[in-house]
This record gives sequence, C-alpha cells and structure tokens, in this order.
Amino acid sequence: MTAATLGRRPRGLTRRGRVHSIRRQRFLYGVGRYSLVIAGAVMFLAPLLFIALTSLMTDAQALSPRWWPHPFQWSNYSTIFEQTDVPRYMFNTMLYAVLATVGLLLSSIPVAYALARLRWRGRQAVFVLVLATMMMPTQVTIVPLYVMFAKLHLTGTLAPLIVPNWFGDAFTIFLLRQFFLTIPEEYADAARVDGAGELQILLRVFVPLARPAIAAAALFSFLFCWNDFFGPLTYIGESQHNWTLSVALSNFRGLYHVQWNLTMAATVVFMLPVIVVFLLAQRAFVQGVTLTGVKG
Amino acid sequence: MTSVIAAPAGPVPVAPARRAARRRANRRRRLTVLAFMSPWIVGFGVFFGYPLVESAWLSLNHYDLLSKPHYIGLANYRYMAHDPNFWPGVRNTLWMICIAAPATVLFAFAAAMLLTRIRRGSGFFRSVFYMPTLAPAVAATLGFVYLFNPNTGPVNRVLRALHLPQPLWFDDPHYAKPSLTILGIWGFGTIMIVLLAALLDVPTQLYESAELDGANAWHKLRHITLPTISPVLLFALITSIIDALQYFTQGYVAATVAGGGDAGAGVGSSLGYPQNSTMFYPVWLYQQGFRYFAMGYASAMAMVMLVVAVVFTVLLLRSSRLWVHSAAGRAS
Repeated sequence: MTAATLGRRPRGLTRRGRVHSIRRQRFLYGVGRYSLVIAGAVMFLAPLLFIALTSLMTDAQALSPRWWPHPFQWSNYSTIFEQTDVPRYMFNTMLYAVLATVGLLLSSIPVAYALARLRWRGRQAVFVLVLATMMMPTQVTIVPLYVMFAKLHLTGTLAPLIVPNWFGDAFTIFLLRQFFLTIPEEYADAARVDGAGELQILLRVFVPLARPAIAAAALFSFLFCWNDFFGPLTYIGESQHNWTLSVALSNFRGLYHVQWNLTMAATVVFMLPVIVVFLLAQRAFVQGVTLTGVKG
Repeated sequence: MTSVIAAPAGPVPVAPARRAARRRANRRRRLTVLAFMSPWIVGFGVFFGYPLVESAWLSLNHYDLLSKPHYIGLANYRYMAHDPNFWPGVRNTLWMICIAAPATVLFAFAAAMLLTRIRRGSGFFRSVFYMPTLAPAVAATLGFVYLFNPNTGPVNRVLRALHLPQPLWFDDPHYAKPSLTILGIWGFGTIMIVLLAALLDVPTQLYESAELDGANAWHKLRHITLPTISPVLLFALITSIIDALQYFTQGYVAATVAGGGDAGAGVGSSLGYPQNSTMFYPVWLYQQGFRYFAMGYASAMAMVMLVVAVVFTVLLLRSSRLWVHSAAGRAS
C-alpha cells in the first residue's frame, strides 16, 4: 500500500505528510490516554477528598448541598478525641497490630527459611499445605476457634486475635519463601565454610539480605491488623473497652446519632496512618505485592 | 564431631565411624528442620487442623456454647433447604463471585494497560490508583455509604445536576450489590499492581515485530498481551473469587450503617439491608453463629464453604506451577 502511494506522489512530500499524520495521530492518542488516566485519578481521589472535606464541616453543612466547608470546623477532631473513646480504640488497634506483627515475623521467618533453603522430605507437600491454608476463608474455622478461646476465657480480649500470629502466618511464610529463593546459594555456602550453623546463616546472611521483603511482610501484617474487622467483631464485639477502631467505627453512627461530620472525622483518623505509612513506604508495598501477587 | 577426628587413630574401622557421623549429622539436620518448622506445625495443628475436625463434628450437633453439644446427625444440613436466608446468602455471594470479582479484575486490567501506555507521571498515577486499596474496609464502606447517600450524598447531587437518574444505591435492593461492586473496583489496587508487573514483563520485541507485520492495537492485545499474561490473569481472577467467597466486612457495614440499625444489637439488627440484598453467605454464617449462637448450624455452613473453597484452591494450586514460577523469576 505504501509502495503504491510512493509511486504516485513526489517522494519528499509524502514522507513529510506521513510523518506529520503519524505524529498527529500519536499526539491524539496521547491526549486520549492522558485524559482517561486523569479522569480515573480524579474519580479515585474524589471519595477521599469528600470524606476529608465532610470531616471539617458542621453537622448541618454535611447534610446540605454545599461541598466546601464553611467555616472549617477543625474542632470535629478534638471532639472525636475528647468526647469519644477513640484514643482507647486506637491504643487497642495499635496493640493488636504491633504484637501480632512481631509474633508473625519471629515465627514465620524460620519456617520460610526451612521451606526455601533446607532440604528435607515432604517439603513440597508442606508448602502446598501452607498455600492451602492461605486460601482458606477465615469463616471456615471461626466457630471452633471461638469455642476454644471461650473455654479459655479469652473471648472479649485481644488475645484470640494476637496469639495465632505467633505460630506462623501462611501469607508471610509464602512471601518470605519466595524472596529467600532468590538469594544466591553462594552466600550461604560461604557462611557454611566458616562453620556457621543454619540458625546463624539465617540470622547473619538471609535476614539482612531479605530486609526489604521482611519490611513488606511487616507492613502487610500491620495493615491487615489495622483494617481487620471480622476477627475483632467476632471476639470482642461485645466488650466495648477492648474494641479496635474498625469495630468502633462500625458502631459509630449508632453511638453518636448519625452525625456524618464526626463519623467522617473518625474515618479520617482511621485511614490517615495507613495512607501516611503508604506514602513513606511505597516501594516496599509494590515490591511485596509483585513478589507474591497477593495482599495480606 | 570428636569421633570423626579420633576415628583414624583409634581401633574402630573407618567406614562405620563415618556412617555414624553421617547419621548424627542427618539427625541434627532433621532436628534443625523440625525446630525451624515448629511454629508452623503447632499453629497448623491448633489453629487450623483441630478447628477443621471440630467444625465437622459440631456440624452434626446442636450446640449453643452454654449446654453440651447434642448429636443430631445431618439435621443441620437438612435445615439449609428450609432456612429462609440460606439461599439468598448463596445467591448474593454467587453474585459477588460471578459479577463483582470479574468486573474488578477487568477494571484493574484496563487501568494497568493504561498505565503501561503513559510515560510521564506513571508512578504518580499508579500510586493514586493503588492507594484506595489501603483504606480500611470499614472506613471505606462508611465513606461510600455517605457519598452514595440518596438525598444528601455528593454522587446523587452530581447526577441531579446532570439530569441523570439517581438510584437509591445502598438503600435499593437492586443497587446495593452494584454499589458494593463500585466500592470493590475502587479498591482494585493490589490486582492492578500484579497485572501491571506482568504487563511490563512482556518482552517488547514481541510488540515490535508484530508492529512490523502491521498488527493493530487489538491484534497485539489479543495475540501477544493476553496469551503472555494469562497465567497472572487467571491467578488474579481466582484470588478475587476466593475473596468474594468470604466477602463480609463491606456487606456487614453497609447494611448496618445504611439500614440505620445498631450493629451491636442482637436479633433485630439490619444485617442484609435492604431486603436481604446484602445478606452474603458469611454474614448469615456470622449471624447464626455469633448472634443466635447456633454454633452447630454455623459449623455446617462452614463445612459447605470449606468444600467450595477447596475446589477453588485446587484450581489455584493447579495453575500455581505457572504463577509461582513467574513470581520468583520476577524478583530475581
């Protein structure tokens, strides 16, 4: 086709025309793509923006068609902290997230190492089991677990949420195993020649090299606990002084008489730490996600 | 250790000493493995194996936590057929599996494709699309119930200004699940990142040679992109389906907040609002087990869920040869 056109018209003009039209086409495609992506970004940010704006409105404004707060009622936030138990719920959530994450790392790192770097019979089968538990819905085992913790008089406390994390977490094991597999065997061999045992190799060679993956695992665990709702609702839904933020927030509108501005302020308080952590640790997130293909 | 050094000097023959040393080393290696694996072994037994067996047993009992379990055979399973909320639960969860999960993957794929096509600012846009994923489910749901509030929410205000129909969203049984699907799409970030990584892994030479052959955008998508990333796409779809199977938090919060009922209340709560359209299978399981304390029946429901989850997990593991490999390869 191009040969035919070339034959009929003067050479130089055609080429210039073609280059011109290709350029214009590229430019239009570019404009199209950018308008799509910008429109998408606006739609993705709008909910966050609206939530933040509403959190600064008066109660009446939140129900009015106005979308820009006037005046800015910053006192919503002090109201949240002074007149509700949000600080207490925040502390509970923190306690859950920190203790669970510490336990999860301490228990999962050696398991991941054994699955990635030690050779033993049944290793592949155990790895498949780990993957299978990772895929199992929490609801499948929740009833007997609840009964078990009830018999130990631990329901109503944070213990049922924290303790299981001290015995290895399937997702973390999977994530760290994937990373440990990528570390060249020569590092371990060098340590082995120096007479190091497996524990020393793990602690001195693998843990330092796997720091990004461990950071990602810690982040995912922390976030999971921070956001977790099903567990806290089931175990501590009835004991208000042990509520986490998620359970508290789900009850917030009932407790504080449908005040959208205060509810949205509490929502911001709940979301903000997560978003700040994300902005600070973006790379760890993305790496963790691409390493495993799953979020906790 | 000492015997290895002593062996040549002593009267003991060389070979048995070496064998003993090897046996000792083997035992030590096995002990190391056992020690390293011990947290998982305990955890798997106590927090997974035992509850699974116990759940199977409880499903054959009438049990309310206060009195002793009382064996009733398969009565719990038989009751499912007559339970007025069981089938709505199944239908609603199926809706999430068949419509919401694929829709989320589709949008995530479209966004990932778009992100591969722009140069300037792609990192920024990636962050913007990813960020909502991190918003706690309870907070995000609350926010969306406010945004989609039929009378005062900004969404309907915009629609009103444009003279478009204004659905009742979370208050309309036909729109409650689509509203939740929009919420799900807003949180597609993880899937998008996974697909984006897969898309960036497609060798550019393939596209270049296709362009030389005169392939257009559709040909490239159909014959290069999709076949290359299909294992990842499959993985994303199956994990989304497994997530949809246990879909709970958003449904629970949307129903209690939009329904105006207090979540802490017992029987008269607004779970499933409006008109059972958000009564998802796990929500009903929760209500049976932890509101009505029908723990035997909840266990029976859990066993049904287990069977479904196992089917999908087997599918996932079957396909895992493809994606576990590619994930490991990508990191190195």
